[in-house]
Amino acid sequence: MTYGLTSVDVSFGDVRALHDVTVEIPAGQVVAIVGGDGAGKTTLLRTLVREVAPDAGHVHAPSKAEIGFLPASTGSWAALSVTQNLNFAGGVYGVRGAALDERRTALLATAGLSAAADRLASRLSGGMRRKLGVCMAIVHRPRLLVLDEPSTGVDPVSRVDLWRMLSEAAAAGSAVVMSTTYLDEAERAGHLVVLDAGHVLVQGSYDEVRAGFPGTVTRTGSAVRPGWSWRRGRERHEYWPDGDAPPRLPVVEPDLEDIVIALSLARRADAGARA
Amino acid sequence: MIIKEFRELVRDHRTLALLVALPLLLLVVFGYAANFSVDSVDTAVVGPEAEQVAGTVPGFFDVSTTEPSEAEDHARDLLRDDVVDVALVTGGSGAQALVDGSNLFAAQSAVAALETSGQDTSIEVLYNPDLKTSWVMVPAIIGLILTFIGTIITSIGLVREREAGTLEQLAVMPIGPSTVILGKVTPYFLLAALDMAVITVLGMLLFDVPFNGHVLTFALGAVLFLLVVLGIGIFISTISQTAGQAIQVAFFVLLPQILLSGMIFPLEAMAAGVRWIGYLLPLTYFTMVSQGVMLRGAPITALWLPLLVLAVMAMVVFTAATLRFRRDLAPERKVKSRPRSTDRSRSGA
Repeated sequence: MTYGLTSVDVSFGDVRALHDVTVEIPAGQVVAIVGGDGAGKTTLLRTLVREVAPDAGHVHAPSKAEIGFLPASTGSWAALSVTQNLNFAGGVYGVRGAALDERRTALLATAGLSAAADRLASRLSGGMRRKLGVCMAIVHRPRLLVLDEPSTGVDPVSRVDLWRMLSEAAAAGSAVVMSTTYLDEAERAGHLVVLDAGHVLVQGSYDEVRAGFPGTVTRTGSAVRPGWSWRRGRERHEYWPDGDAPPRLPVVEPDLEDIVIALSLARRADAGARA
Repeated sequence: MIIKEFRELVRDHRTLALLVALPLLLLVVFGYAANFSVDSVDTAVVGPEAEQVAGTVPGFFDVSTTEPSEAEDHARDLLRDDVVDVALVTGGSGAQALVDGSNLFAAQSAVAALETSGQDTSIEVLYNPDLKTSWVMVPAIIGLILTFIGTIITSIGLVREREAGTLEQLAVMPIGPSTVILGKVTPYFLLAALDMAVITVLGMLLFDVPFNGHVLTFALGAVLFLLVVLGIGIFISTISQTAGQAIQVAFFVLLPQILLSGMIFPLEAMAAGVRWIGYLLPLTYFTMVSQGVMLRGAPITALWLPLLVLAVMAMVVFTAATLRFRRDLAPERKVKSRPRSTDRSRSGA
């Protein structure tokens, strides 16, 4: 089963948040939505869970009972304990009794939260609270799992726990889609979608995205065209969309960060030329 | 720093409104409404000499009912049903004045006027013989507490969901908006009902306030009133993004209820230009019911008007508020056009 969006437009007043966006989220795969601030990641996910109705296009998603959702906020109730939060989420999705007890125990163990089962959510660290939110989103084994920046503000160790949970959900057959600003994390996803200003710049597996990247990226101390360059560590990288870089400049193999920045610059230049 | 503060303040419309509206409100209230002295009291005169007595009573007694064929029992009924504040019973050895003590300021003024009239009239104050303030205030304070819980506590409880982002989560869960509203409001409803019962019993125990009427009539009034104030609380939550904003708006709702509902200043003593505001406030009608039932033992037939007003208010306010709250849980927009053909040309795959 494949979920997703087909040719979706979303506007908030005069602002177009999504432009003709098509994204497929197959069962058993983790899809990462990447992009900068205001790229449209959250709008895409909220459209997918039908919290935002599109102006045009199709949303392919199961019923609410088969969706698990972690919003950009904490995703849990501060005044409830870890166990009470999970019991509430389980009850809402129809998981009760022994099945809920068993599921809760397993999830807390996977998330490393067993020792904090009776602790109030408000007393958890940021990372622990995000993991609790993920546990609540997957307590009913949803067909479609939608997570809005689950790892933002989470320490590296907790991120490992989070990824293990997502991988297990995908392995169990869930279609998993998550937004992230961490590009190293996106590279681990089976499929990634790069958004900029509501446009899909590119999508596919990391290898496919790299293989299909047009033009070249060069390394330099000072940019030939500053508007097409960006800082990477102590040097600058510069994008040549038509591959016409001067021979004296060393060409680098672009990683995902280079690809996202380069394609964003190209889209903005294109939009500026049209305007 | 001062310029920054002013810039922030200019963008905080609610605080600005509070700064401007509050002094105006207080000025109007204390200028036109803060008046304890009653200029006239509604009066009935019954008994064989009713016509004669009605023509001779001082102007302070505004005679609205003159019934020569009726006797003392009917006069008591008129007071119990809050038709008049004073009933003069004629015939027999001398005139008898029955005064409704549940209308404290009117009763105090009436007793003073009767005592200084120089006429040989026996005075009997009903329902609050010692004209105790606590007897009149406790039934009104029950309403004030319900208003407090219904508006401030409920609106904060709902806004907290919005602030924490969990309202968004509830909207995505497989539970309908009605279930969410019911689940959120029921605990406050039950807590307010419990609070009401505790305050009523404590008021009776501590201040010897009587409960002369039927509990069910009181309960009906309380439930209708609770639905109104809960509706106001839900409504406030739909127009507030933070708990601070909710408290500001609730304060605007609460203050007029305290000052203009007749709880502190008698409605009949207010200037007409302000009094009409009091008749728009739900606490005014709940106080009529609670004082009527507790002090006068008024039956439901005598309280049909305030109960009807509360019922209409409950229906309108609660329905409007829940519809607005449902909108918060619904998708942000409608689909405006049909799906277009799929374009996957930008796929990197």
